[in-house]
Amino acid sequence: MSVSLALLGLLEREPSHGYDLKRDYDTFFGRGKPLPFGQVYATLARLARDGRVIAAEAEPGAGPDRKRYVITEQGVSDIETWLATPVDAEPHLQTVLFVKVVLALMSGRSAEAYLDAQRAAHMRRMRELAELKRTGTLVDALLADHGMFHLEADLRWIELTSARLGALAKVVTP
Amino acid sequence: MSTSSSSAGSDQPAAARVLEAREVSLSFGQTPALRGASMSVATGEILAVMGPSGSGKSTLLHCLAGILLPDTGEIRFAGRRIDYLGENVRTGMRRDRFGFVFQFGQLVPELSVEENIALPLLLKGTRRADAVSRARGWLERLDLAGLERRRCGELSGGQAQRVALARGLVTDPEVLFADEPTGSLDSLTGERVMDLLVVAAREQNTSVVLVTHDPRVAAYADREIMVRDGKVTSGELIP
Repeated sequence: MSVSLALLGLLEREPSHGYDLKRDYDTFFGRGKPLPFGQVYATLARLARDGRVIAAEAEPGAGPDRKRYVITEQGVSDIETWLATPVDAEPHLQTVLFVKVVLALMSGRSAEAYLDAQRAAHMRRMRELAELKRTGTLVDALLADHGMFHLEADLRWIELTSARLGALAKVVTP
Repeated sequence: MSTSSSSAGSDQPAAARVLEAREVSLSFGQTPALRGASMSVATGEILAVMGPSGSGKSTLLHCLAGILLPDTGEIRFAGRRIDYLGENVRTGMRRDRFGFVFQFGQLVPELSVEENIALPLLLKGTRRADAVSRARGWLERLDLAGLERRRCGELSGGQAQRVALARGLVTDPEVLFADEPTGSLDSLTGERVMDLLVVAAREQNTSVVLVTHDPRVAAYADREIMVRDGKVTSGELIP
């Protein structure tokens, strides 16, 4: 995800200090991977250079960040365009799962054993996310749901491919 | 991590296994449904039995529950073989020690919610007042308070499935068999039913055999096994 657009979107609510933006980014989007302060200020500097934000004069006081940032009309326009543009529905036609299955069949290894192991790994992650849903906040639950639906898609593909290994083997082996 | 078909679950200590299938085979006429399926369930464990349609997972559940008898192989419950017991003994065992939840609640539509929940207790010979009292204890736990007198034919799908869950657990069974318990529900309602099922089973230390083709439902279990072509092809062991 674009950190600069996320920060820009947070800034659209109201003029903010870098610290506030980092705090809100970490709360809503960080999910255990906090944004380094350096990246926050570098991103804001780039946005200011490109005319998406304006940095107000530094306010007096201690601490590293005394500048308040304000989004520009161009910044708002960028956010509008970004939000209105659907994310690419990635077809994933060259997934590592598929490559592993084909290479296993080509080399005479057990593609079924690989798919079983992959299914078990996916299910472990599903259980972790299900636990997060049970114990976490609504934000956690919705993000866990997103992950679970993607895992579910992989699992359905794993099932279908398991059932078609014989036919696939005929296609990819001499 | 994964295990072969013949050893799935066999590394568990014998005392921990409440239910076990050993090399179970069963055919319906010329059609094999199970072909040497082996697996086990630990006390208090929630086990998901997954697999494609027609793989044999529901047949395996019916064998484990003593509803069907295998042609060959063994079914053990609490350390004792049950596959050669007579129909009457198995019926009593199902009534007294097992609970069941199916995809379509299979409630009695003419009976009220509390009567449906109390039914297994009444069949066990519990006095009616006691049975209804225990049934009422489940209403609040499963978000059914206020519905006790409602006829089951008038319930929503989610309500009916929660009644079915209460009925399955009201006898405090050692094993709950759940066959696609959320299969007829939308995602959110299904999740609510699964949340309640897991909490109730954990509280009672009831083992659960959960047949499902849905990975999101299986994610509620402690581990899963895969049934394919009548065999258990993979399953993680409890760490």
